[in-house]
Amino acid sequence: MGEVIGIGAAPKRKEDQRFLTGRGNYVSDIKRPGMTAGVFVRSPHGHAVLRGIDKSAALASSGVIAVLTGDDVKADGLGSLPCGWGITDAKGVPMKEPPFPMLAQDKVRFVGDMVAFVIAETPEQANAGAELLKVDYEVLPSVVGVLEAVRPGAPQLFDDVPNNICCDWELGDKAAVEAAFKKAAHVAKLSLVNNRLIGNPMEPRAAIAEYEPGTDRYTLWTTSQFPHVVRFLMGALVLNIPQHKLRVVAPDVGGGFGVKQFHYGEEAVITWAAKRVRRPVKWVASRSEGYVSDRHGRDHVTEAELALDENGKFLAFRVNTLANMGGYLSTFGPNIPTNLYGPLLGGVYTTPAIYCNVKVVFTNTVPVDAYRGAGRPEATFVLERMVDVAASEMGIDRVEIRRRNMIPKEAYPYQTPVLVQYDSGDPMGCLDGALVAADVKNFGVRKAASASKGKFRGLGYSTYVEACGLAPSRFAGRLGARGGLYESATVRVHPTGQVTVMIGTHNHGQGHETTFAQIVSEKLGVAFENVDIVFGDTDRVQFGMGTYGSRSLVVGGAALSKATDKVIVKGKKIAAHLLEAAEADIQFEAGKFSVAGTDRIKTFEEIAGAAYVPHNYPLEVLEPGLEEQAYYDPVNFTYPGGCHIAEVEVDPETGTVTLVNYTAVDDVGTVINPMIVEGQLHGGIVQGVGQALFENAVYDEGSGQLLSGSLMDYCMPRADHLPMMQVSTHSTLCTHTPMGVKGCGEVGTIGSPAAVINAVVDALSHLGVTHVDMPATPNRIWRLLQNASLPVAAE
Amino acid sequence: MQISFTLNGRPTTVDVEPATLVADLLREQLNLTGTHIGCDTSQCGACVVHLDGIPVKSCTLLAPALDGATLLTIEGLQGAPGSNRMHPMQEAFREHHGLQCGFCTPGMLMTAVALATEKPDLTEADVRHGLEGNICRCTGYQNIVISVISGAAAMNAAKGE
Repeated sequence: MGEVIGIGAAPKRKEDQRFLTGRGNYVSDIKRPGMTAGVFVRSPHGHAVLRGIDKSAALASSGVIAVLTGDDVKADGLGSLPCGWGITDAKGVPMKEPPFPMLAQDKVRFVGDMVAFVIAETPEQANAGAELLKVDYEVLPSVVGVLEAVRPGAPQLFDDVPNNICCDWELGDKAAVEAAFKKAAHVAKLSLVNNRLIGNPMEPRAAIAEYEPGTDRYTLWTTSQFPHVVRFLMGALVLNIPQHKLRVVAPDVGGGFGVKQFHYGEEAVITWAAKRVRRPVKWVASRSEGYVSDRHGRDHVTEAELALDENGKFLAFRVNTLANMGGYLSTFGPNIPTNLYGPLLGGVYTTPAIYCNVKVVFTNTVPVDAYRGAGRPEATFVLERMVDVAASEMGIDRVEIRRRNMIPKEAYPYQTPVLVQYDSGDPMGCLDGALVAADVKNFGVRKAASASKGKFRGLGYSTYVEACGLAPSRFAGRLGARGGLYESATVRVHPTGQVTVMIGTHNHGQGHETTFAQIVSEKLGVAFENVDIVFGDTDRVQFGMGTYGSRSLVVGGAALSKATDKVIVKGKKIAAHLLEAAEADIQFEAGKFSVAGTDRIKTFEEIAGAAYVPHNYPLEVLEPGLEEQAYYDPVNFTYPGGCHIAEVEVDPETGTVTLVNYTAVDDVGTVINPMIVEGQLHGGIVQGVGQALFENAVYDEGSGQLLSGSLMDYCMPRADHLPMMQVSTHSTLCTHTPMGVKGCGEVGTIGSPAAVINAVVDALSHLGVTHVDMPATPNRIWRLLQNASLPVAAE
Repeated sequence: MQISFTLNGRPTTVDVEPATLVADLLREQLNLTGTHIGCDTSQCGACVVHLDGIPVKSCTLLAPALDGATLLTIEGLQGAPGSNRMHPMQEAFREHHGLQCGFCTPGMLMTAVALATEKPDLTEADVRHGLEGNICRCTGYQNIVISVISGAAAMNAAKGE
């Protein structure tokens, strides 16, 4: 018999066997009898009037079964893609929310906007048919950058959205900030760009839909991080399909990072199409198609100012940001640069007054939404760059200025001036740990060694905090969420004592099948191997909000913990009956129910068996069966954070930045499986390093063409770009989650861009460089060095 | 056209359109979906298989090239048919948490096995360089690099037995 493997252990992952042997079950692997192939025809223009579509040649093409367009959507009376958040401006005026049709109507607003769906017997025939579709466009000028989009005379995406501004949002006490700036001994200023990113999960998006006329039921298999939310948004708000007639399955999903946590038009079109053609329809995106249709991330232009007293104490922080929304509002779009950004501008510091204004702007680009970290990396980057700029201008050491302003451990819970209250944390502890782990005291020696090779070495810090565990519904509701953000879990104990958990989060790399099983194994005292986790199927799992915002363990794990507790309560009732004792006298420990102070014991398996064989049961007080369900809605966000230290070497000859050392000490609360947590930190850090050094989604102003539209143009981090990272945890426990967990999925991506860029600036500071925009590519650095009239490197 | 080749140790004959890519042949015609397609520019490496022992990107190889050749895919890496034993490289990836979502994993493993076969005493730099054609978005590569070094050592040890 297997053993209990509980919290803090690092068993190998349950999910690995199928992935290692090529037996994963991704959407693109699925085949259905009679399946057809669908191809989307997408706008090649950034901005155009859609004057008409002639389907005749495409329909006549060999194997083509149907061609669907926006007119068909309109004729069927279908809804547009809903936005899950409704934000308001300072006066309470709701954001502008133009419709987002699943197939374009009247106009196209970005390269990749969908205009038609061609269904054929084979993918080749669908592609051939799509080539023959005649779409008449009247091309309009595109606007892709936020600065350009808000200028007078800029192309207007929507007639009723003046200056392309969706919402002029603000947070904080503007007057208090202004007053503090008047008293300041020093004001540091910084203008920066947070570069647009493309998430690039390695599995491209895909979907298959099937309609069964006999039962009037639909099934959609989709590469989604939240199948229940897709069922709700698509069924209730777009296609008018009753929830009980719609099954959404997200099987193995090859990475998400936010890209797969939205309800996409493709899902709605394909589900609708499956009924129209009465056959299953399959669509698999190519990578290039993903580039112009997967929601993008980041894309901010920001002006920030920090007011300090003569000792370098932060008095006030003021941030003005223009945030790119792209051509339409995506599922979480407007929430990301506002509610997930402004409240994090306090960071780990005691800054008493903060004001943030964000203009959320439409442009002729792919809609922008959450990408790993979502809003919080942007906030961290502004703040941590700002701190370095202030330190440099005031001649204060970068670590010292952080210490002077950090929230001390004993000051928690700490109320920030920007809504959030941190429940626990120890930023100083993380900083101290990281300084030692990164061997900062010998940095000078390493810098000298680099200099002797003609290289510039720099060190960068990022001491940060984030808000995750999305999200307390009450709080989110006040901020504009149109749904709840709780999670649910069902714990089903089988008559033989094995356990199946149905949970509403979705596992697409995070190791939930392992971590959640450890929780159940420890709490119920059942063998780790006897616990299976089921997710990703609305017919098997009761409900759920899915996986994003580092919420799975924090919110889903809490629901699981609660449901497990209910199993124990029920088990005690059964034990009391079997042992003829009072329920209050039954104890449960290490998989055994016992009568306190006696040696009368029933094992968990015996109780499970008895639950399903209720001979002599007191049925009036005890139901048969052993299965419990819980919903959990968090009372607060959780606030992981930590200290990251990056060390880079710049080659002045080529401008190449090499990341040579990376150290992270993170506070993620209780660690359930340290192996998995480390893996999450590694991956998260490298995504942030990617933003800092390599990745950039570039559009051509005017035409709206995506210039970085393939893996050959968009530079992803590769194995030889990176050093071995040193990651560890310095945890304080979350005070309001059942197990003290805080979440770890996004910390790496949130902390790292600032650490890397601070290191690059440090390496070049002797040349008068005060800021470097991301990504710090060789081209950008080389140009900067030319402008800095670099002294000839020592031969 | 008809082509005959050895697929994961078994003689195989199939009818294919000459323009069929090997990745599509495997996935669509032969139902071997362990070989993944992650891009359309031969960049990601999720589709790597061994053609006559050489790692190749099957998304860039036409099916006729298989005629008379020996092809090994992730499904054949496990060893003897019916055996539940994993290849030492697969074991190493499990042991060192060298995978998360699993999508790049088959290509990573096939590349890793080829690297280790070619140079048994792999250094970290060798592995990082050797994995340049395989993109992983989840792991930050650290545990993959550790897995490959460890898997190579295990392959070596097994050879010595």
